[in-house]
Amino acid sequence: MDYSFSPLGDQAIMIEIGQEISDEGQNRVRTVSQLLESKPPHWLIETIPAFTTVAVFYNPMSADFETVEAELKELLQQTKEVIASEVRTVEIPVCYGGDFGPDLEFVAEHNGLTPEEVIAIHTSGTYSVHMIGFAPGFPFIGGMSEKIAAPRRDSPRLRIPERTVGIAGKQTGVYPIETPGGWQLIGRTPVRLFRPENPVPSLLRAGDKIVFKKITESEYHAWKEEDDAENY
Amino acid sequence: MLKIIKSGLQTTVQDLGRYGFQKYGVIASGAMDPYAHRLANLLVGNEENAPTLEITLVGPVIQFERDLFIALCGGELSPKIDGQKVDAWRPLAVRKGSQLTFGAPKTGCRCYLAVSGGISVPEVMNSRSTYLRAEIGGYQGRALKANDLVEINPTPAWQLAAFDKALSKESDWQVPAPHYSMEPVVRIMRGRQYELFNEESQSTIFTDFFSVSSNSDRMGYRLEGATLSLKEPGELISEAVAFGSIQVPADGNPIVLLADRQTTGGYPKIGQVASIDLPLISQLKPGDRLRFQEISLKEAQRLWTEQEQRIRQLKISIQLKWEEWK
Repeated sequence: MDYSFSPLGDQAIMIEIGQEISDEGQNRVRTVSQLLESKPPHWLIETIPAFTTVAVFYNPMSADFETVEAELKELLQQTKEVIASEVRTVEIPVCYGGDFGPDLEFVAEHNGLTPEEVIAIHTSGTYSVHMIGFAPGFPFIGGMSEKIAAPRRDSPRLRIPERTVGIAGKQTGVYPIETPGGWQLIGRTPVRLFRPENPVPSLLRAGDKIVFKKITESEYHAWKEEDDAENY
Repeated sequence: MLKIIKSGLQTTVQDLGRYGFQKYGVIASGAMDPYAHRLANLLVGNEENAPTLEITLVGPVIQFERDLFIALCGGELSPKIDGQKVDAWRPLAVRKGSQLTFGAPKTGCRCYLAVSGGISVPEVMNSRSTYLRAEIGGYQGRALKANDLVEINPTPAWQLAAFDKALSKESDWQVPAPHYSMEPVVRIMRGRQYELFNEESQSTIFTDFFSVSSNSDRMGYRLEGATLSLKEPGELISEAVAFGSIQVPADGNPIVLLADRQTTGGYPKIGQVASIDLPLISQLKPGDRLRFQEISLKEAQRLWTEQEQRIRQLKISIQLKWEEWK
């Protein structure tokens, strides 16, 4: 697989790994990012891996663009193999519908299904986390069934509570913090995706598999209490 | 201790940013004008990264609860201590009980208040910057409000010894301020997707004036002026953005991404502000205008290196000044 390099301003370099989203490309993205972070060159500040790219931020006082590019090329030459990182499966419990998922009815109607069928489809899939971005701990998740796809709302909501599970187009996602947004909201998870007190503040990592599990409202409250208590 | 009497428009604790966590979607935050932030700290003998208060457009009223040194750097917001005008870009000795107020903003909109010893707030993910959206960092994860009491670290003994001398001695030295303007020329490099824009857009970005829309904040400045378009409309795969990335959403109005930018974005980037000129843009107010000029990556890195060397020299001259006061 080929790599290409281009500047992202005067303090970062973008490594492009293929043009299309693919499993192999994403493994490479993770490999490159992990490699750099495990043996950080003296000029490295941090990396931001995405679908097909890894942005490498560097200190221009320690190395200029050409130097960083040359060192990265050499490093990537030496690492032809993809590090097969362990694939974790993370279960995300969700309390669907009601106040937590005010758009569940809409998603059902839009697809000619009952709310129960939407939940059954949403909980039957295995999803992959492609990348973390947009908001702290926010996973870009692939693998949702098109049977429950739904367009974004015409006018975005000003506040979507943290931990809300939603659908936008063919994507499903979980909001880690309160944000405005146009997603159709179908439920809420008691689990915090953003954990600022942890060394790794994101519950999910790129490459993880996710399964959603339906829980009741009382289970939600018990779980949330436990989750919140864990870290305070 | 700093006692906040009035909050001002938006006063937050910032340092040079939260790095190392962007891969988890955690935004960098930090001072919008890192140059002014760094200089303010150096003037009072702090580390460059020590937290300061970022004061925005309408300044707060702050009462100092002990004798200490402060420095104000950044935009000109007409600062006064106990009603007397004071200069920015130099250390000021202030007495316990004095009040700092601000007047009309002149040039620029963000002023950094550094205090000797530094502001004391807990570190969250290697930084003391306020991350408003996630309500973490800084002072309880939020902008300051009236009646807040902000802890500060002790003033070093060598500074206390200099206090009376500094107070009695009329000093007129200052460090040089950047050339802030309400109509700056901001140097940019071509962005990663520059070639995807049509020919007209590729040239208007460097010729037209753009004005800063009122819908602008620490996350980014929306610009109004010529609308920019792609040769062929299309979506990109989301990728990382950086401080100063100029992205163009479908409506064609460019957005310059600043300190509170998201970590990744899916809009094409037509340009990237040279790091050396970021303060020029961060100091603009809604309604101010700017023009972009092309700069090569090599030149941008050369100017940055030169600036860093100048800052090192300034640090030495500041230390010498302190020696005189001892």
